[in-house]
Parts: sequence; structure tokens; C-alpha cells
Amino acid sequence: MDLIALIPALPLASAIVLMVAGARLPKIALASLGAGSVGVAAICVAISLLSFLQDGEVRLLHLWTWLQVGDFSPGVAFYIDGLALVMMSVITGVGFLIHLYSIEFMWDDESLARYFAYMNMFVASMLVLVMADNLLLLYLGWEGVGVCSYLLVGFWYRDPNNGQAARKAFVVTRVGDTAMALGMFLLLTELGTLDIQALMSAANSTWDVGDKLPLIACLLLLGGAVGKSAQLPLHTWLPDAMAGPTPVSALIHAATMVTAGVYLIARTHELFLLAPVALEVVAWVGLLTLLLAGFTALAQNDIKRILAYSTISQIGYMFLALGVGAFSAGIFHLMTHAFFKALLFLAAGAVIHCLHHEHNIFRMGGLRTRLPIIFWSFIIGSAALAALPFTSGFYSKDAILLAAWELPGIGVWLWLGGLLGALLTAIYSFRLVFIVFYGEAQTEPDRKPGWRMSLPLTVLCILSIVGGWIALPLTAVFPEAPSTDHNYTIEAIGISVPLIGLLIAYLLFLGKQISLRGVTDSGVGKLLAAFFFSGWRVDALYNAILVKPFKGLARWWRNEPIDFIYGLVIHLSQWGHRGLMTMQNGELRWYATSMVCALVLLAAIVLRQAL
Amino acid sequence: MGGLQVPMEHVQVFAGMLFCMGLLGLMLRRNIIFMLMSLEVMLNAAAVAFIAAGAKWGQPDGQIMFLLILAVAAAEVAIGLGLVLQIQRRFKTLDMDAANRLRG
Repeated sequence: MDLIALIPALPLASAIVLMVAGARLPKIALASLGAGSVGVAAICVAISLLSFLQDGEVRLLHLWTWLQVGDFSPGVAFYIDGLALVMMSVITGVGFLIHLYSIEFMWDDESLARYFAYMNMFVASMLVLVMADNLLLLYLGWEGVGVCSYLLVGFWYRDPNNGQAARKAFVVTRVGDTAMALGMFLLLTELGTLDIQALMSAANSTWDVGDKLPLIACLLLLGGAVGKSAQLPLHTWLPDAMAGPTPVSALIHAATMVTAGVYLIARTHELFLLAPVALEVVAWVGLLTLLLAGFTALAQNDIKRILAYSTISQIGYMFLALGVGAFSAGIFHLMTHAFFKALLFLAAGAVIHCLHHEHNIFRMGGLRTRLPIIFWSFIIGSAALAALPFTSGFYSKDAILLAAWELPGIGVWLWLGGLLGALLTAIYSFRLVFIVFYGEAQTEPDRKPGWRMSLPLTVLCILSIVGGWIALPLTAVFPEAPSTDHNYTIEAIGISVPLIGLLIAYLLFLGKQISLRGVTDSGVGKLLAAFFFSGWRVDALYNAILVKPFKGLARWWRNEPIDFIYGLVIHLSQWGHRGLMTMQNGELRWYATSMVCALVLLAAIVLRQAL
Repeated sequence: MGGLQVPMEHVQVFAGMLFCMGLLGLMLRRNIIFMLMSLEVMLNAAAVAFIAAGAKWGQPDGQIMFLLILAVAAAEVAIGLGLVLQIQRRFKTLDMDAANRLRG
């Protein structure tokens, strides 16, 4: 039991130590503390997972009552079931590998202590998020990861652009967080509790399927999920968040934090089942996001931005899975995505690390023979991302597409959209591989990755391949999926589409059998390419309709009438001050003269009244 | 009352003129010693006015006030001369306009 409490406490304690004493510790101590605490937490998770797999018993751990207001008394309490354990394993397992990788990646950075302190704090917050037994504690973790994301995106704060990106990430997710807080208020006032299990049973007994209140609550919660998971329309912060160090992108913006929205919906799925319309909205949000991000990823040339858009796209698949009611498939894809996307980000980080911080893929090339470990990592990661057969991504994505196909009504359209997304995924991921690792060498790598980089890459490679064969202990959490007889045609299409994408990518970018020049140089092609490159102009749109009016309003209200009155007071007193100041000129004779004048004046007044 | 009688008005006018002379000296002279002397003149003008008034109404208060003014003048000279010495030492001049460092 106490082992469970240790899991978030270890990274938290390490973060506090690093914050307080980080400046006085030697680098090796910082690194071992930062990575070690997460490693020990991972071992604790593994022990808990093993005992859970043996007896399948949900564990409840009530540490203390957080606050007590009337009947409302949320506790600092953990609820450990299969879903929480899956998430915890991903967070601590992948998190430990990324911490290990960070030691080498960040070794020369002057603020190593700050880095590991933020990273550990992030892991602790994320663990609180997934372990929380009530929505309020979940929200604490939710905001905690948001703060850590802000701090880590703006980690290299000397460049104002990074600060801008960090602020954008924070403010945009805040929009969603506000919606989520409103949803929590609604649930609390309607059902009187925020304890997730009690909430779900209360919702089931109070509301019927299709009622209005659960729909509103679900849409508000979805707002939070959309913000955190960078889905349409709040996805704009994630590509900019790539300003942070690459291991941060791997941990926060690929493997864990951005999937918090998926976790939230999966955790409250009973509520969503009461509102079929909300589930449908989830599916459409996922589908639109995955297509938009897929098209955008095709046109990018920054290695990290390609991966960022592919993350948005893959989380779109998870939302699609949740929306069609395939919760297990969504969480399964979450896990496999954590493996292969962390792998891709770490490999991209290694490329950047070895190529003097070069981000542009067109200035790379020919790295296949020079950096073989990274090359193979990329091949495996991209294969899993593109869902080529027998990789982990294949099993999870296939499950999602199959579930979409099974859904009556809109299912066909969702399935077709998902297939198009899969095609795009295969094209952009292998475009990346072919441009970076084949062709002419543009930049020579000046170093090789050391063992601290190679080991996490190797482990993640293995996980990206075998991750598809892991059976998740989720049967007790989610409703039984309707048993499906194998539809071989659908599966064959699901297998062949990524292969077609791979072929297209090969023809376009490696074999050069088809040249894109003719398309991209034409007027429409150029316009379309620029449109995709800018991420469908969503940023420009938001700037025009939200940011600019807001700034204009702020500038306008700087001279608001009420302020003007107080401004007048300020000006008057300043003016009086200046006037009186000239009288204090230090001249003795001037003082004497002014006293004489004043006396004469007073005497004149007195005499005038006396006479 | 014997002897030469000076009308009180004359004494008061004299005292007023003396006071104004002192005041003008205080306002116009820049040398601190002359300013101190002007102050003495003003004090003495006031003292003359008191004496004359005391004599006119046969009251001792006028002379008491004169003694008081004498004491004040003595104290003022003691402090004033001390200040003169300090100013001379600090500013190497007796010009009061040079000692305007307290300006706001």
C-alpha cells in the first residue's frame, strides 16, 4: 500500500531537493538523483502492476482529507485500477528512459539542476493526475503538468521566442482548463461529489442516456481534454511548444501530458456514454484533427514540427477511438504511441544533438551510414507510426479503424477519414526518413551518441515492435466491446493503405520517379503548400480574430475614463510638486524675502478685516 | 516726567525705519556677516519699540522684553558666528548664495 504513495512522492521529493540544493550538488549527483528517482518509481509501479496482475484487485489509498467544506471533502486519495496502472507504467517507464537520455543530451547545459527539477516535478504531477481518485486532485495534477510544460517549453528563456511559445502553450491550454473547471463545477452542484467512482454511479442513477445535463458536462470536460491534448480547435500551441529541449518534447509533448485528455475521457467514459452526442463530437474532433495535422505534417521542414504535427494527428486517432466507444483501443494506441513517438523524438533529438542543433530536414541527408543506431531507431519508429504490419502501431491503429468501421451510421465516414489519415501518416513519416537519412550528406555529424542515448533508443525500439503484443489489464475498466467476427476485407484494406503510403513516399522522395516540382511550382500548388505549411492558417486566423482584437482592446482600455480621473489626480499632484519644488531652492535670502512677503500679505488681510 | 520728551510716534517711526533697514539689509546683502548684522539691527529696532512703549505707559514689561531680546541677540550671535565659521570652512566664501545645497 505504501508503495503506491511512494510512486509520486519520489519524483516530487527529488524535485524539491534539486530546487533547493541543486546549485551545490555536482553534476553527476544531479543526474543520478533526477533519473534515479524516476527509475525507483518505475520499479515501484512494476511491483504494483505485478501484484495487480495476480489478483486483479483495485487498490484504494486514502492519504488524508485535503479540505472540508460542508459535505464536500475531497481527499488526497489514489485509485489504482488497470487504467491507472497502464498510464503509470507508461509515465514512469518511458519517463525513466527519457530521463536517462536527458543526462547525455543536457550534460553541457548550465542549468542541469533546473532541468531535472522541472522534469521530476512533471513526472510527479502527471502521476498524481492519473492516480487521483477525485476530479479535484486530478485537476491539481492537470494544472501541475501545465505549469511544468510552461517551464520546460521556455527552458531556454534567454531567447524571447521560447518565452512566447511557452506563454502560448500555457494560455491556449488555459482556455480548455477553464471549460474543464466549469464542467467540474456543474458535476459538483448537480451530483454533489467529485469522487470519480461515486460520480459515475451517481450520474448513472440520476441521468438517462441522452439527457441535456450530462451532454453539457461532457462537452465542458471535452474542452479541457481538447486543450491539453492539442486537438482542434486548441491545437495551435503544440507545434510551437517544440521550442523546448527535445527530451521534453518526447516526454511531455508526445508520450504523456498531451494524452492526459484521452485519459480524462477514458476515466469518465461512463459519463460520456450517457451523452452519445458528446461521444460523436469526440469522434469528429479526432477525425478532423488527424486529417488537418496529417496534411500539415506533409509540408513541414523542421524535424521537430513534423513530429509535433504527427503527435497531434495520432492523438486524433485516440480521440476517434474514444468517440466510437473503443476505449481500450484508444488507451492501447496511447501506450504504443508513447513508445514509438518517444522513440522518434529521442532519435530526432539525437540527430539534432549530433548535427549542431540543425532542425531543417533539407540540410540533413545521408545520415544512414553515419548514425546507424539513430537510423534504425527512426526506421522502427516510423514503421510503427505508419502502422506497418507487425509493429506496435499496426495493432493499435488497426483496432481503432476496425472499431470505427463497426459503428453503425457515421462509422463508414470515420473509417474512410481514418484510412486517409493512415495514408498521410505513412507518407509524411517516410518522407522524413528518406530525406534525413538517404541522399546526399549536407551536414557532417560531429559526434556519436553515447550509451545513455543509445540504451533508451534500443529499449524503445524493442517496445515499439513488441508493444503491440502487450495485453492491457483494462477489461474491468471499460465496458465489453461487442465481439466482432473478423472482417478480412476491412483488415486487408487497413494493412495495405500504409504500404501504399510507403510506396508513394518512396516514389516521391527516394526513387524520385515522380517529381513534385511541377505540382509545387504551379500557382495552385504553391498556394496549397504554403497553406499546409502554415498549419491551415489557423494561427493567422486566431491572431486576427482573437489576439489582435484583445491587444487592441487592452491598448484602448489603458486610457479608460475612470483611469483618466485618477490620472488627473496624479498629474495635478505632480504639477503641484514641481511648483513647490522650485520654492525650495536653498537660497536663504529667497526664504527671508518670501517670509516677508507672506507676513505683509497676512498683515494686510488682518488689517483689512480689522478696519 | 522731566527732561526732553520725545513723542512716542517718533520713536515708533524710527523703530519701524530701523526694522525696515535691517530687513532690506537681510534681503539684499549676500555676505553672511552683513546678514547677521542686519538681524541685530532688526532685533534692536524691536527693542527700541518695546522700550518706548514701556516708557509711554509706565509699564516694566517693555524693559523686560528688552532684556529678553538682548539675551536672544546674544544667543543668536553665538550660534550665528559659529555658522559663519563653518560656512567659511566649507565653502571658502561668505556668500550665502553659494550655500544653497538644500534646494529641492
